[in-house]
Amino acid sequence: MSALRLRDVSKRFRGLQAVDRVSFEVPAGAIVALIGPNGAGKTTTFNLIAGVTRHDAGEIRFGDRPLDGLKPHQVCAAGIARTFQIVRPFGELSVEENVVVGCLHVTRDTHAARTAAREILERLDLWSKRSQRAASLTLPDRKRLEVARALGTRPRLLLLDEVMAGLRPTETDQMVAFFREINRDLGVTILLIEHVMRAVMALAQHVIVLNYGKKIAEGRPDAIVRDPAVLECYLGEEAV
Amino acid sequence: MTSTWLSDVPSRGRLLLAALLAVLLAAPFVVSSYVLSVLILVLYFAYLGQAWNIMMGFAGQLSLGHALYFGLGAYTAAALYAKFGVTPWAGMAAGAIVSAIVGAFIGALGFRFRIGGVYFALLTIAFAEFTRILFDHIDWVGGTAGFFLPVSNRDSNDLWNLRGDPTMFYYVWLAGAGGVLALCRMLLSSRLGYYWLAIREDEVAAQALGIDTFRYKIAAVMLSAALTACGGVVYAFYYNTLFPEPIFSVARSIDMLLGAVTGGVGTLMGPIVGAFILTPLGEGLTIALEPFQEVLRLDGIKQVFYGLCVVLIVVFQRHGVWPYLARKLGLRQLTGART
Amino acid sequence: MLLDTYVNQIASGILTGLVYGLAALGLSVIFGVCKIVNFAHGEMMVIAMYLALVIFRWFGLDPLASIPLVAAVLFLFGYALQAGVINRLIDVPDHMQFLLLAAIAIMIVSGCLMIFGPDAQNVPLSYAYDSYEIGPILVDKVRVFAGGGAIVVAGILTAFFRWTRTGKAIRACADNLTGARVVGLNVQRLFALSFGLGTACIAAAGCILLMLVDVHPYLATEYTLLAFVVVIIGGLGSLTGALLGGVLIGVSEALAGLLIDPSLKSMFSFGLLILVLLFRPQGLLGKRVQ
Repeated sequence: MSALRLRDVSKRFRGLQAVDRVSFEVPAGAIVALIGPNGAGKTTTFNLIAGVTRHDAGEIRFGDRPLDGLKPHQVCAAGIARTFQIVRPFGELSVEENVVVGCLHVTRDTHAARTAAREILERLDLWSKRSQRAASLTLPDRKRLEVARALGTRPRLLLLDEVMAGLRPTETDQMVAFFREINRDLGVTILLIEHVMRAVMALAQHVIVLNYGKKIAEGRPDAIVRDPAVLECYLGEEAV
Repeated sequence: MTSTWLSDVPSRGRLLLAALLAVLLAAPFVVSSYVLSVLILVLYFAYLGQAWNIMMGFAGQLSLGHALYFGLGAYTAAALYAKFGVTPWAGMAAGAIVSAIVGAFIGALGFRFRIGGVYFALLTIAFAEFTRILFDHIDWVGGTAGFFLPVSNRDSNDLWNLRGDPTMFYYVWLAGAGGVLALCRMLLSSRLGYYWLAIREDEVAAQALGIDTFRYKIAAVMLSAALTACGGVVYAFYYNTLFPEPIFSVARSIDMLLGAVTGGVGTLMGPIVGAFILTPLGEGLTIALEPFQEVLRLDGIKQVFYGLCVVLIVVFQRHGVWPYLARKLGLRQLTGART
Repeated sequence: MLLDTYVNQIASGILTGLVYGLAALGLSVIFGVCKIVNFAHGEMMVIAMYLALVIFRWFGLDPLASIPLVAAVLFLFGYALQAGVINRLIDVPDHMQFLLLAAIAIMIVSGCLMIFGPDAQNVPLSYAYDSYEIGPILVDKVRVFAGGGAIVVAGILTAFFRWTRTGKAIRACADNLTGARVVGLNVQRLFALSFGLGTACIAAAGCILLMLVDVHPYLATEYTLLAFVVVIIGGLGSLTGALLGGVLIGVSEALAGLLIDPSLKSMFSFGLLILVLLFRPQGLLGKRVQ
């Protein structure tokens, strides 16, 4: 069964066709990567799924529900959580309070939320920093916090937008291990936008490649990195 | 659930709060009538500042037209009492409902049309001014000539009709300020409070976490408006005369937020601390300068002082006096989003 | 009512409106360039009015003639304010900036109250009751001078922005701040300059306005709000928009005075402001502001 399905989804911004009849499927429980050069339309696709902007044409389904026209908070209620390319922590709140906000999506009771938050923070190795102001965290910690917060909403699908950017290789490996863990233990489906190939190769079971708003290739990671169309869009025609 | 009410406030803080409460409860029996009137002013500003703070500090929406709700509350209750003999407490409920609806309307307009920041503030001013001029022409409640409540003799205190001596009003304001503080404390520990703070910090991120930001922002405006209206009612029954100009003016809107800004917008104790600092200083200044009455015209000196305070706060301590004070007194950990 | 009355009122409204436009011009410059909402706008205008009043009383100089001096004084004031205070507060949240200027406004009003007292004062001009007859239209001489003065000052300002090097530099800042920095413009100095120009503009408007109305400390709030209404309706950042907006408000005020109760005219302006904020926040001629 597919968790997420996009069919002929398009979005135009005035003069630019940002997403051009893109179709793909993300099977339930899978980890899928969405890659492509800058400006290919990856984050726009995320924004379309998350309800931040409305697509002009096509259909987006999650499970058996269409997501067309839902507002961001309704998309979250449907079971999809996302992180942002440029992290958006609740700066003046503590690390713990940040995650509690996420957990309050599942329960009204702040105590239950705090318990749930603790569990997530411990998993992500942030518990020791729980009382720190979110704005004072380092970038890798802020990224982990963003993921922790999103996980608080107990999503079935997690959209990760360049969550590895700016991390050192050891930190990247830790994150990879973590995502594998939650995918395995909690059954969270993951769709990630990534430039860091190390993470894509280690995590993704399936890769989708976008360029100029169109899907140009999809397949297993090892096949994709050899695909001439993909190489061409990254390295240019002559290089291939 | 309520057992954690004050459990994360250090014991020193609880002690100070209890001491303050004790002092305030005993005050009318020991201080002069002048000091009592100053204390009433302090509690008045503490109450209104806290009410305004809910909208600005918790939900992050700047309103410079809160005098609108103040006036609506005042006039509604006053009219119901003077024309129909309705008790001011029922009048308060009516005024609060009216203000909440108006607030929801303004908020909805602003939020639906994506008007933020400065433009929204201007919208609130426009509504308040519009209403001020409107009331100038409503002769049923006096118009520019003023609306007068029947004043009875001050021999006995009639709490039901809010007729009585300053001491009675003092306790009403004290209950109000204390009540609003307790309410805010409770809210901040609840889901509503967390969601408000999230919206204040980053509305887009909040939406991605399943928060219907529109609904919660409206809730903040409505609560803030309703509470402000209640303040207006007590004001009306204390002073017994209402004129549209001083009640709905921009000056009053700004007066209401001075304490909160000085103490610290977005904090729990900020508006209270701010009121306790600003008002006595202002009064003290007026007294200190009285000998110079001949040379300087004193009518404006208090305002100049308040203005200067705000300027100094914005330049030097933009988060307000309370966060700084609290850290010095060891009453707060580093993150004090909810104190 | 006779057509003549309407025409006269409209003409009068247009001329007064030009003065409103000039006042709003200053606000537009400050917001367009420095991105600051000058909530002390009306208050600064009132300072100018009082200065012109004092100059008239001591030297007998017509307010129009005092414009250069008063504008210079307020230019320095605005420049100092921006350079000394506001430039230090770049990363302060919007509402704090707003409050800072509101606080300054309060101080100015109270200061004026203490120095000049609450009573309305005016300049008795020798030609206050003369009028010009242009065809069927009968307008006060004072209003013609006022309108004319407004156009002249606005013209000078526009010429400055279009043809001088500094003017272009300022427009660059307004258009693309990062770009301006990248090409090496001294943004801090240009901001201070712009603020000064804005306040000089308000000063000119104040001097001219003194010919038409009496001055008292509480006039300030009214004119701050009026300037905002004009700027928002005309469009922030657009000089022609400010003048257009001013004329619109001037005319509608004049008509409101004729058709309905004159004291309701502000209500009308505010109603208009609310509508514009909701349906066309960029105003008639402004660019879409974020």
